[in-house]
Amino acid sequence: MIAELLNNVNSDIIMGMAQAGGAIVLCAAVVLLCRRFAVHVERETAISVARGLVQMVFVGMVLAVLLHGNLLVGVLILLAMTFAAAVTAARRARDIKGSLLLSFYAIAAGAGVVIAAMLATGTLTADIAVLVPVGSMIIANAMNACAQAVERFRADVTAHVGQIEAGLALGADPGVTVAPFVQSAVYASLLPRLDMLKSLGLVWIPGVMAGMMVSGANPVYAGIYQFVIVAMILAASGIAGVIVTLLMRTRVFSAAAQLTFAKGREAKA
Amino acid sequence: MSTATVTAATGFIGDAKSSDATWRPSAGLEPEALALETTHLSRSVVGKVLVSDISVQVRPGEVLAVVGPSGAGKSSFLRLLNRLDEPTGGTVRLSGQDYRALAPRELRRRVGMVMQVAHLFPGTVAANVAFGPAQRAERLASAQVAALLERVGLPGYQLRDVSNLSGGEAQRVSLARTLANAPEVLLLDEPTSALDDVSARGIEDLVLSIIRERRMTCVIVTHNTAQARRIADCTMILQAGKLVAIGPTKEVLRDR
Repeated sequence: MIAELLNNVNSDIIMGMAQAGGAIVLCAAVVLLCRRFAVHVERETAISVARGLVQMVFVGMVLAVLLHGNLLVGVLILLAMTFAAAVTAARRARDIKGSLLLSFYAIAAGAGVVIAAMLATGTLTADIAVLVPVGSMIIANAMNACAQAVERFRADVTAHVGQIEAGLALGADPGVTVAPFVQSAVYASLLPRLDMLKSLGLVWIPGVMAGMMVSGANPVYAGIYQFVIVAMILAASGIAGVIVTLLMRTRVFSAAAQLTFAKGREAKA
Repeated sequence: MSTATVTAATGFIGDAKSSDATWRPSAGLEPEALALETTHLSRSVVGKVLVSDISVQVRPGEVLAVVGPSGAGKSSFLRLLNRLDEPTGGTVRLSGQDYRALAPRELRRRVGMVMQVAHLFPGTVAANVAFGPAQRAERLASAQVAALLERVGLPGYQLRDVSNLSGGEAQRVSLARTLANAPEVLLLDEPTSALDDVSARGIEDLVLSIIRERRMTCVIVTHNTAQARRIADCTMILQAGKLVAIGPTKEVLRDR
């Protein structure tokens, strides 16, 4: 295993570290520019840059070891990524009971369905070197969709406590009282992915297509394949957004149809 | 525990020095003859007592005012009556039946509530008025909507967008919306406190005329003792979540 790692410390890595050094210098220049406008992001930038570099080097090392693993190893890596994504998304809803599990279910469902569909249709091969990077893209987008849906839903519920309780007081089902906020949360989670699909090729040429072209693939096929990936990302995000919102909807009410979220109002009694 | 006595003439207990004071205007009546009865009703949230051990009885057609300083637990008490919040102790009986035996949606249809702020749903006035019956898959006929709006002083307002209403108009729509459910008990949570004096008096007169006309049982939260005198048959005073006095309004508010 160590020999395999050492084999990867070649001239490419030394060149990569030099390029990373250049990028860090540019980031430092931006931080200095920010200081001139009294925007102090020195500490946060230093932590982010250090974390980003260490994490990516670590992931590269792990993948270098696991690249020759089987499908089960790939699935385990994706599961671990899904859990990490759920932890990140759940931070947006710490005040909602069981938010980690809700986020995990939603991200796992969104990414799981899409990855399974891609494997079934041959869009994705079971080769760990392809499965993990593409799967991680889908999981990351499902995580963002999940976090955006959670954030929007809790903000809307918090801002409309009076309207929701007015509905409950008139005998409405809890689901009816938050229906507009479920819709806006799902829409909010999909909007960035819809914009991404719309601007595909016009505003940006994503990494998968660029990588395929660099490695000599037909540019038209590379473009179509990139579209498939982004469309699958949209699908995964939609599933994750819908599921997390619907699960959250049940958590903000009690069994007796009482709004149990945003209880700060009781302080004034 | 209190051993407060009930006077034969009025059923008035007077100042309730302890927390289990009980208003028994109906001594001798069967529980089902009462519109609303709370027994040892309490609510605490993360160690803070909002409502403490309140037992009161309200007869059909009676208007009970809940008064007290800000933070006394008036609104918290009211919210327990239609189970918008869950009691942490005691219960409420509606016409003799423990309200926990009723589905919350059915309970809230029977115990209507008008809040301090109207909180109308985006859309037309008519859609707001028809909202309650629609939850039971009942369609309120346009003539019924028109009649309700006329009754609250808003004739011809059906197609108006709620975003264009004044505070007083919105509160009238809120009242019509609650009445559309034909509730047995009406809860009013400071319905005039967010309005200017003229609108407030208009709403107060309207509420009074409707509850008298329909002989509705009503519990109204107000910080305004003059309003309580004008509207309520009986009044209870809360302080720090506890019932400190209850009885006929004239007697309870005599020196206040």
